[in-house]
Amino acid sequence: MSIEGSTRDLTFSQAINNALRLEMRRDPTVIVMGEDVAGAAGRAHLGLSDAWGGPLRATRGLIREFGPQRVIDTPISEMGFVGAAVGAAMTGLRPVVEIMFADLIGCCYDQIINQAAKMHYMMGGQVDLPLVIRTAYGMHGFKRSYGGGAAAQHSQTLYAVLAHVPGLKVVVPTTAYNAKGLTIAAIRDNGPVVVMEHKFLGSAAKGPVPEGEYTVPIGKAEVVRRGSDVTLCGIGRMTHVCLEAAETLAGRGMSAEVVDVLTLAPLDEATILESVSHTHCLVVVDEDTPTASMARDIAARVADKGFDSLDAPIKTVTAPEAPVPFAAVLEARYAPRAADVVAAVEGLFNSMD
Amino acid sequence: MTTSLPTLPDRDLLLWMYERMGLIREFEERLKTLVERGVPVGPVHFYTGQEAVAVGVCAALRQTDWIASTHRGHGHCIAKGVDVRAMMAELYGKVTGTNRGKGGSMHITDVRVGMLGVNPIVGMGTPHAVGAALSARVRGTDEVAVAFFGEGATSMGVVHEAMNMAAVWSLPVIFVCENNGYAQTTPVEYAVAADRISDRAAAYRMPGVTVDGQDVIAVWEAAGEAVRRGRAGGGPSLVECLTYRYYGHHQGDETHRYRTADEERTARERDCLRRFREVLFAQGIAGAEVEGIDTRNRERLDEAITFAERSPVPGPEELLADVYVENES
Repeated sequence: MSIEGSTRDLTFSQAINNALRLEMRRDPTVIVMGEDVAGAAGRAHLGLSDAWGGPLRATRGLIREFGPQRVIDTPISEMGFVGAAVGAAMTGLRPVVEIMFADLIGCCYDQIINQAAKMHYMMGGQVDLPLVIRTAYGMHGFKRSYGGGAAAQHSQTLYAVLAHVPGLKVVVPTTAYNAKGLTIAAIRDNGPVVVMEHKFLGSAAKGPVPEGEYTVPIGKAEVVRRGSDVTLCGIGRMTHVCLEAAETLAGRGMSAEVVDVLTLAPLDEATILESVSHTHCLVVVDEDTPTASMARDIAARVADKGFDSLDAPIKTVTAPEAPVPFAAVLEARYAPRAADVVAAVEGLFNSMD
Repeated sequence: MTTSLPTLPDRDLLLWMYERMGLIREFEERLKTLVERGVPVGPVHFYTGQEAVAVGVCAALRQTDWIASTHRGHGHCIAKGVDVRAMMAELYGKVTGTNRGKGGSMHITDVRVGMLGVNPIVGMGTPHAVGAALSARVRGTDEVAVAFFGEGATSMGVVHEAMNMAAVWSLPVIFVCENNGYAQTTPVEYAVAADRISDRAAAYRMPGVTVDGQDVIAVWEAAGEAVRRGRAGGGPSLVECLTYRYYGHHQGDETHRYRTADEERTARERDCLRRFREVLFAQGIAGAEVEGIDTRNRERLDEAITFAERSPVPGPEELLADVYVENES
């Protein structure tokens, strides 16, 4: 990916904030709603507003430009406000709704999977549903600052249970650049799109971002490092783990290609299969738990459609089959690390000797 | 008859109400016959007995207003103006159906007439009405939105979330509770810890009234007041309509297992359609033309069934069509 034109360095969250701001300027039907997306709601008469700005601060400052009519703090009512966003999307708005943490989709799962995802299909295509659901997922873990140690109900990566449902698009940006481009693409999409924002990447992923509008296509994976011996397929923060592992492997004489999946549904099988067709080996790295996961879904698809390319069994490196633990020493062992990926690749090559 | 006559709507609207109530009745009775003949129309929840609610409420609306419906939604559809031919074709799973045969009874939708969908996940349509009202405000229109729901749905958290949000944001939403006494087989007095559903309104700082849901004029009056208040910026309202469904929760449900024959007979003695017809006659508002309306409704169902029978089924390409919304490139 080459970035052209005027850029500046932004964090992942700042890039999303920029995307929201540009789209709200461009299209008056775009609204933002969720818990504390501004903060201090109704206290403007006391000179108070914008007290929060969402868990990753991605919506901070928007209320000052667009006002409370379009930047709407909601009561703690995930089922209610996601449902309201569905109704608004059916009747002419393009709502961007924030579910503070991905773990909270349990509180609004019906509105996402039974309502938003299925409406266009089960209503015979008569209604568009231009709805964006943004949500923060994953764990800090390795860096015990805010958000680290959030344990089992505030650290999950629940994208597989969303990607499973036909009709929903699910994107997982990994850099400031693609966070902005995918967010704009999601807002302009006429159907429901879930944007999964990793809590750690929110502030840690920083990079050059063009000033103007641009989109990163939904449904396209990206080869972020070329290699010839093995394909490492990463999702979200795990793409960075794959890149770190690829660097270590290079030092040991192994050339790893890294594919950043970026969109979980609809999955870009072609890019993954194309990579495997010249590396002949695949390791999928996923911060999610393994059963019925994206990691195993990708593995199954490549086994089905790319079997002839493979020289070795597909490996997955995932979180263990357990909830996220609190204690730092346990949490640190939970998500895959670069060393785990390197070990998986070395194990793969050893098995082929 | 306790209808408050001084506020009767004009004659055209009265006749429209009669025609719509009759059309709903005819649709459901004919559908029941089809079900009994074994025509595969999928699961259906008959609206028979409750016609005054849908029609009384929708008589107070404009076509540009919105309604969100329940699993028992045929009446709401017809009252809001959905074409009965397309509805019947949908039940037959035909490509000419409202939803191209991909929704069935439990998902009939026609956004062109403001009908946001029959919705069989109890209570889940209520926040859609809140969203439609929010949308109306952001878009700068004076449209209002109605959330229909049953008394059973008031046990769902989402209904309370929807009411709270509508009140917090002072949105033009009319919450219409159709209290027909039963959530499937569970009686309201068992499952709802309130004497009246309308008592719930006080908790959300909104006006709440209970009306005779078998009296279309009473429903129209209460809904009209709520609509006027909403349109004028006065926020949401709750209108509870006491009504009764004549048949089971869905086809095949045997009502004698949870209601007495006495109760059913008493309820039918207050039949909304017959009472309304009597008012029209007694007040000299309509005479022989009522027969013509009835005849026309029967013909419309004849046409609808023929249309549904003769329509093509969806082609195999429909299986994968419209999973995702098409974007202009």
